[in-house]
Amino acid sequence: MTKIPMAEAIDKVVKWLQINFGESIDAFSDSFGDLIKYLESYLAFIPWWLLILLFALAAWRVSGWKLAVGTILGLAFIFNLQLWPAFLSTLVLVFISALVSIVMGIPLGIIAGRNYRFHRIISPVLDFMQTMPSFVYLIPALLFLGIGTVPAVFATVIFAMPPAIRFTDLGIRQVPVDLVEVGEAFGSTPGQLLWKIQLPVALPTIMAGINQTMMLSLSMVVIASMIGAGGLGAGVLEAIAQLKIGMGFEYGIAVVIIAIILDRLTQGIGSSLRTGDK
Amino acid sequence: MKEKIIVKNLVKVFGANPQKALALLKEGKDKAEILNETGFTVGVNNVSFSVNAGEIFVIMGLSGSGKSTILRCLNRLIEPSAGEIIVDGTDITKLNAKQLRKFRQEKTAMVFQQFALLPHRTVLDNTVYGLEVQGIPKKEREEKALKILEIVGLKGWEDKYPSQLSGGMKQRVGLARALTNDADILLMDEAFSALDPLIREEMQDELLSLQQKMNKTIIFITHDLNEALKLGDRIAFLRDGALIQVGTPEEITTHPSDDYVAKFVRGVDRSKILTAADIMKKPQPLIPLRDGPNVALRIMKEHGISSVFVVDRERHLQGIITVDAALEARKAGIMSLSEVELEHGPVVSEETPLHDTLTAMVDSKLPMGVVNQDNKLVGIIVRGSILAALAPDYSGSDSEDELAATASPDHKLVFAEEEMEQESANSAI
Ligand SMILES: Nc1ncnc2c1ncn2[C@@H]1O[C@H](COP(=O)(O)OP(=O)(O)OP(=O)(O)O)[C@@H](O)[C@H]1O
Ligand SMILES: [Mg+2]
Repeated sequence: MTKIPMAEAIDKVVKWLQINFGESIDAFSDSFGDLIKYLESYLAFIPWWLLILLFALAAWRVSGWKLAVGTILGLAFIFNLQLWPAFLSTLVLVFISALVSIVMGIPLGIIAGRNYRFHRIISPVLDFMQTMPSFVYLIPALLFLGIGTVPAVFATVIFAMPPAIRFTDLGIRQVPVDLVEVGEAFGSTPGQLLWKIQLPVALPTIMAGINQTMMLSLSMVVIASMIGAGGLGAGVLEAIAQLKIGMGFEYGIAVVIIAIILDRLTQGIGSSLRTGDK
Repeated sequence: MKEKIIVKNLVKVFGANPQKALALLKEGKDKAEILNETGFTVGVNNVSFSVNAGEIFVIMGLSGSGKSTILRCLNRLIEPSAGEIIVDGTDITKLNAKQLRKFRQEKTAMVFQQFALLPHRTVLDNTVYGLEVQGIPKKEREEKALKILEIVGLKGWEDKYPSQLSGGMKQRVGLARALTNDADILLMDEAFSALDPLIREEMQDELLSLQQKMNKTIIFITHDLNEALKLGDRIAFLRDGALIQVGTPEEITTHPSDDYVAKFVRGVDRSKILTAADIMKKPQPLIPLRDGPNVALRIMKEHGISSVFVVDRERHLQGIITVDAALEARKAGIMSLSEVELEHGPVVSEETPLHDTLTAMVDSKLPMGVVNQDNKLVGIIVRGSILAALAPDYSGSDSEDELAATASPDHKLVFAEEEMEQESANSAI
């Protein structure tokens, strides 16, 4: 029995893509990479204590003084461990990836929420994406973009986007029928229905999706250090490679601290929306 | 009278391919047969009626009879499968999407059973929704909304969120939202059904008084007959999607066209369905025959009443002793009531219809005794109880328990006490 030449076929397609689009992909990748570098250096320009205070202020606004104090302690601890530069580049990667995921995911979710056929098409795709082990996404990124920050972001975006799509879709589907009827009965255009009724009512659910996207971005950015993303993940990878347990632990703790802060921050935004009274 | 809405041969079949069902309907098959043969549900079956400008047109029928479907066809939230709906001379089934939006903005406004307020908007922002969609400037639409909010009694609540309001207030907002839109036609689908009875009554009154000022054309859906009779200029009855009868409350109650309608309207005349047992109160206080006038006077004083029922050992009713008679007996030195000439008020059996009870009550000043088959005294009726039972908010079509419950407390006691106070005041002189 002959083997189905799957690997060969895929290689061929990839090669074809590389030949035909290689240049434009490279150009895009370069400028995107520059953008990320600029952002990082801007952040590095801000004094560390000011950045901590800004985070604390945000925490205090969306949640309260407890989270603010926790944020200050956690970030100061990261600074004390001398992980500040790694922290900054991880932060930039997470924000950029999450932002791209959200900017692409929410509109897709809106379409899925309002169009049953699209919902039916995209649901199994999302299932598939979410059951794949995360490092599988590194392979196509590596193939098209090589090693570096940009492929890391690319892989992260693909990995982190599904919840943004799913929760937006769900949120819009869950808008009570009679509220949609209100929109229609008063003669709203489809756009008015979306902006004045469906999105605001779905907002708390969408925020939950954004929270998940953030968390997935963080976890993927750490893994993506395998293909050259810098930051805390690179430190963890190095520690593993050299069996430096203590060092791995320090980097690991820093990742956990960021995870907790980002999680509480986005949840805080979500629940302040949920109560309805601003 | 001007016809505002004319519905001609309206049909709605729920299902992917209604043509087959429509053909079967033409052959005269009914809802159940079509469901069997095609699997499609006939929501509305060839319904025609018209609604006059300024009229409150009530649609009644059991659950699933197609009330909501008809209402939603009127602004095409549900697309009719066949038929015409002519509003102000235009067949709205032929409007395109843009014309339909304009029609909905300008001609109709809807009030929902579960209020359907937008949770992320304040009362004011909910109220302006219709005008906002039409692109009316913010200042103008808010001025208008504030005026309407004041009319429905929500002044001062503009900045609250729906979650901070009671059910009654929420529906006031729903009503205000519909009225602010300034449409001629109000579509109300069981708009008051989710409210508790007192608030509901209040909202009905409110709607009627608003209607006097605003003179809208209102299509009102309910399955509560009392509500229908109170609000409706005309009432339409639906069964299985078909129209059974349309008429004024008068016509419907006096000449129901078939058993279905008759079943609905039975019990409208409450004095014919309630019995003495439904409205009597506990026979208290009573005085045994062997006691004397002194005891009788003490009991009357204690309870603040001017007469008391006298019974024998088996609780058979012997008569009534009044304050005056007791005083006289005391003066005469009589020791036992058995020697006194007792007075006799009206007496009825438990099953006596309220109507007859009423008649018996008319020419007597004394309270009425209710006796069972063994002639034992089981209850007493004072004037107030009858009045309370006949009051319009008294729901005659509901379960018996509820009848007893509504009949007994407040009203009657208030009436009874008034009566007593008056009479004991008289006797004190
Ligand atoms: N979207 C739908 N799809 C299929 N069948 C429907 C749909 N909406 C209503 N029906 C059916 O149409 C019939 C009429 O329903 P409708 O909601 O108009 O009844 P109703 O008189 O308003 O009842 P209720 O008092 O319970 O509100 C019912 O048999 C119902 O099952
Ligand atoms: Mg209904």
